[in-house]
Amino acid sequence: MLLQSAVSPGTHPLAGTIAAWMWAIPLLPLLGFLINGLLSLTAVARFGPADPTAASHAAHGDEGGHGDADHGGHHAARHRFAGITSIVGPGVLVAAFLLAAAIFVRMHALGEMSEPFIQQYFSWMPVGDLSVDVAFRLDQLSMLMVMVVTGVGMLIHIFSVGYMREDPGYPRYFAYLNLFVFCMLVLVMAANYPLLFVGWEGVGVCSYLLIGFWFSEKANADAGKKAFIVNRIGDFGFLIAMFLLFANYGTLDFSALQAVSGQFVFGGALITTIALFFFLGCTGKSAQIPLYIWLPDAMAGPTPVSALIHAATMVTAGVYLIARSNFIFAAAPVAGLTVVVVGALTALFAATIGLKQWDIKKVLAYSTVSQLGYMFVGVGAGAYVAGVFHLMTHAFFKALLFLGAGSVIHVMHQAYHHTGSHDDAQDMRNMGGLKKYMPVTWVLMWIATLAIAGIPPFAGFFSKDEILGTVFQRAEQGSTLAQAHWLGLPGTAVLYLAYAMGLAAALLTAIYMTRLMLYTFHGPNRTGEKEREHLTEAPWIMTGPLLVLGLLSAVGGWFNLPELITHAIPLGPTAALEHWLDPVVGAGTATVVGPGAEATAASTETILIVVAIAIAIAGISIAVAVLKPAALVPKRQAKPEEGFERVLANKYYVDEIYDATVVQGTYGVSRNLLWRGVDVGLIDGLLVNGSAWAARFAGWLGSQLQSGQLGTYAWVLVLGVLLVLGAFHHAVLP
Amino acid sequence: MPGPTPLFYTFHFYLFGLIAVASALVFVTRKSPVAAAMWLVVTMFSLAALYVMLDAQFIGAIQVLVYAGAIMVVFLFVIMLLNLGEPSQIADARGLGWKLAAGAVGLGLLAEIFALVRGTVAQPFSLPEGYAAQQVAAQGAISPIAGPLFHQYLLAFEITSMVLLTAIVGAVVLGKRRTDAR
Amino acid sequence: MLAESLFFSAVLFTIGVIGVLTRRNAIILFMCVELMLNAVNLTFVGFSRVYGAGGQVFVFLVMTVAAAEAAVGLAIIIALFRHRHTVDLQNINLLKG
Repeated sequence: MLLQSAVSPGTHPLAGTIAAWMWAIPLLPLLGFLINGLLSLTAVARFGPADPTAASHAAHGDEGGHGDADHGGHHAARHRFAGITSIVGPGVLVAAFLLAAAIFVRMHALGEMSEPFIQQYFSWMPVGDLSVDVAFRLDQLSMLMVMVVTGVGMLIHIFSVGYMREDPGYPRYFAYLNLFVFCMLVLVMAANYPLLFVGWEGVGVCSYLLIGFWFSEKANADAGKKAFIVNRIGDFGFLIAMFLLFANYGTLDFSALQAVSGQFVFGGALITTIALFFFLGCTGKSAQIPLYIWLPDAMAGPTPVSALIHAATMVTAGVYLIARSNFIFAAAPVAGLTVVVVGALTALFAATIGLKQWDIKKVLAYSTVSQLGYMFVGVGAGAYVAGVFHLMTHAFFKALLFLGAGSVIHVMHQAYHHTGSHDDAQDMRNMGGLKKYMPVTWVLMWIATLAIAGIPPFAGFFSKDEILGTVFQRAEQGSTLAQAHWLGLPGTAVLYLAYAMGLAAALLTAIYMTRLMLYTFHGPNRTGEKEREHLTEAPWIMTGPLLVLGLLSAVGGWFNLPELITHAIPLGPTAALEHWLDPVVGAGTATVVGPGAEATAASTETILIVVAIAIAIAGISIAVAVLKPAALVPKRQAKPEEGFERVLANKYYVDEIYDATVVQGTYGVSRNLLWRGVDVGLIDGLLVNGSAWAARFAGWLGSQLQSGQLGTYAWVLVLGVLLVLGAFHHAVLP
Repeated sequence: MPGPTPLFYTFHFYLFGLIAVASALVFVTRKSPVAAAMWLVVTMFSLAALYVMLDAQFIGAIQVLVYAGAIMVVFLFVIMLLNLGEPSQIADARGLGWKLAAGAVGLGLLAEIFALVRGTVAQPFSLPEGYAAQQVAAQGAISPIAGPLFHQYLLAFEITSMVLLTAIVGAVVLGKRRTDAR
Repeated sequence: MLAESLFFSAVLFTIGVIGVLTRRNAIILFMCVELMLNAVNLTFVGFSRVYGAGGQVFVFLVMTVAAAEAAVGLAIIIALFRHRHTVDLQNINLLKG
């Protein structure tokens, strides 16, 4: 079907170049999915219907166990086609990345490209006024996202070869992973909302499949279902927003909508509603308050999945959506302030929870939620470039953190596997002092930690500082956001508050990340005497991608250097990313900034930067000063927390609160209203038994009429005639 | 009969109509079946007169012969046979409430019929005034009926004969005293 | 004379109906039905002056049916009387469901 693709007439400068092959970027992972999927089907035939992973994980108890473990005497053999999968799985990603890179080079050589390059393949839904095409759109934003998805995805695929090779479900794993990349590419390359939604749902399905990859354990399957169901709530918002858009503007195409965006009533109720419903979709997919609860549980999946889907790419889809819909959000300042507030709250809230988690992946999960909050603060405040910038750098350093944690877990696991211990391989209380055994991982993890904490010159510093700086500027310079009101509060106050919360979250981020590093790599080793000798660096196929990500985490921030810094130190071009994204988000940003805005004074900017650095250093110092890794005991000897620490360790009991209100409420409604009321009462009682009763009553009534009295019959007959004639009289005569 | 209807004709038409209605009223109020039957015969005779005045001489004749003559005689015969002539034998008629209700229903029915009769007659199908009388004058009283009866309505006529045959057989079977019963 | 015919016909028909509704003697009930049939016949004849002799054909058919009905109905009444020694319809409820 793609062979008959009608490339748009060759007026676009990219037409006829390598960019015409852009359909192949998502198609390559799809091909990988098909091949690996077929391979995994053969395994089912060979091993029989029973899940081969069941035996290897039942023994393990914690949700992070992974496939090379086998405590139970039975040898879960490596998949017989593992060799093919090892080549095909990462191979398609490498090919896709190379193709994307070639297109990027071509696009970059063009210099200014004001019009997006759109390829229409076929008409998907021509229904009445609605016409939805399957069309891909290549502009600066989607190009950037494609680069991030294929690039980081490629590295994580390579890492997965080392991490998952021994798992009997290896081809299935790569099939899902390839399918995920395909869906994610559809999401970022789609030229209209419905196609974006296809990718949006597709990544949701893959997320569900991969969270529950080791589905033989109920907790993992439940985590998958939780993610899926919570995301449906958000999807409801996305759908409503699309319906509203189509009903009012008659199109769902990005270009067409942007063309009619002049009709949007600035700050009007309709456009605000649409933006808020889109944001509801974002809170689900990108794990913001109140729908963030699925992401920590999603850590039940294999660690590379957590890195790719639940840190680097899928969860940032919401940020991408808002950046893509910038012309909508720019016209709705109240919705923008809502995004800022929710993002800031989420950033702070998740960071506090991250302080007291012991599971290394849970810390990173809450960190991800927190960092996503930052991105939303950015895009909400109309700093689309800053939000997308943080998305990119976060993809680098968070993928690195997750993969580093994956290496640690992998090694811990193997050590426990050798000695047959059943201890938790993910609990930081069982680690400690690993820097001696894993020096490469240790260095790279520190780079990522400094990056996320916001220490220059690492990537996170630039992006985070740009977000916070922009929020401050929006408040200070009287943008359209500052002039709007949010729940009665003046926008300026909201923005200053968001800035303060962002700073507080930055402090907490530095603390909890340093805590993670201290407990994992420093201090004495708490693994156990016998296990200690098995601790070693992970294989090179795993540390290799880490090195690349480490490099990106170190210098990724230089893609968008502020003028203040390039003025002093010539690290690279000023605000390269901002220039690059200007054709896509420039108009939206200008709308948010409003007329009459002036550049922030260099002194103010300097103060902001100094404050940010000081906060980060303070966080690290506090953590180093307060935390005593030497005093820590392994998990099995640990005592439960007390007081507020307990509240934090239990994540503010939000899951319990949701369970008591939403889940039990739903159960209650289902049981009492839907089951006992509607099903038993209405359907069984009224409709089924009721119709039987009605028939019986009618029969009884009819039999009572059959009195055998001719007189009665005559009376009924005559009254019937009267009725019929009366009705006839009414119907026929005027 | 072109022109306005002569008063002589109109007078007699109303006379026989009123006789029919009055005798019918008397008929339904008699307690004795024999008296009722006799009053019904009066109604039928008046109707026969009306038929004749409506240029349906043949129908008027068989009204007298079949209805007043045959059917009503059978009725009387049965009354006599069953020895029901005594008015007191059955506490006939229902209570006053029933009678009033029946009267109300009757009035309602009458009102509805009159309301319906006010509907317009389909003019294109109507024959010219006095056509029936001319036909009778030209062809006699029987052939205007015999024509359609044996051509257009032949099937209905034949079925009627079957109905009569069935009725004869049924009456014989029903009326026969069963000697072998039980 | 059509209107007058219809008027008398309607009045006679209604009298028949009232008779059916008020009397309990089976034979008188039967005669009331005959009266209703006659009322309808009057309508037919009245209309036959306007629409042609078809109406009279129907009167003819109605009369034969009435004759057949009278024969069968009276036979039923005789059979009933033999069985129950009454023609009071209140005492006859064989059709009771």
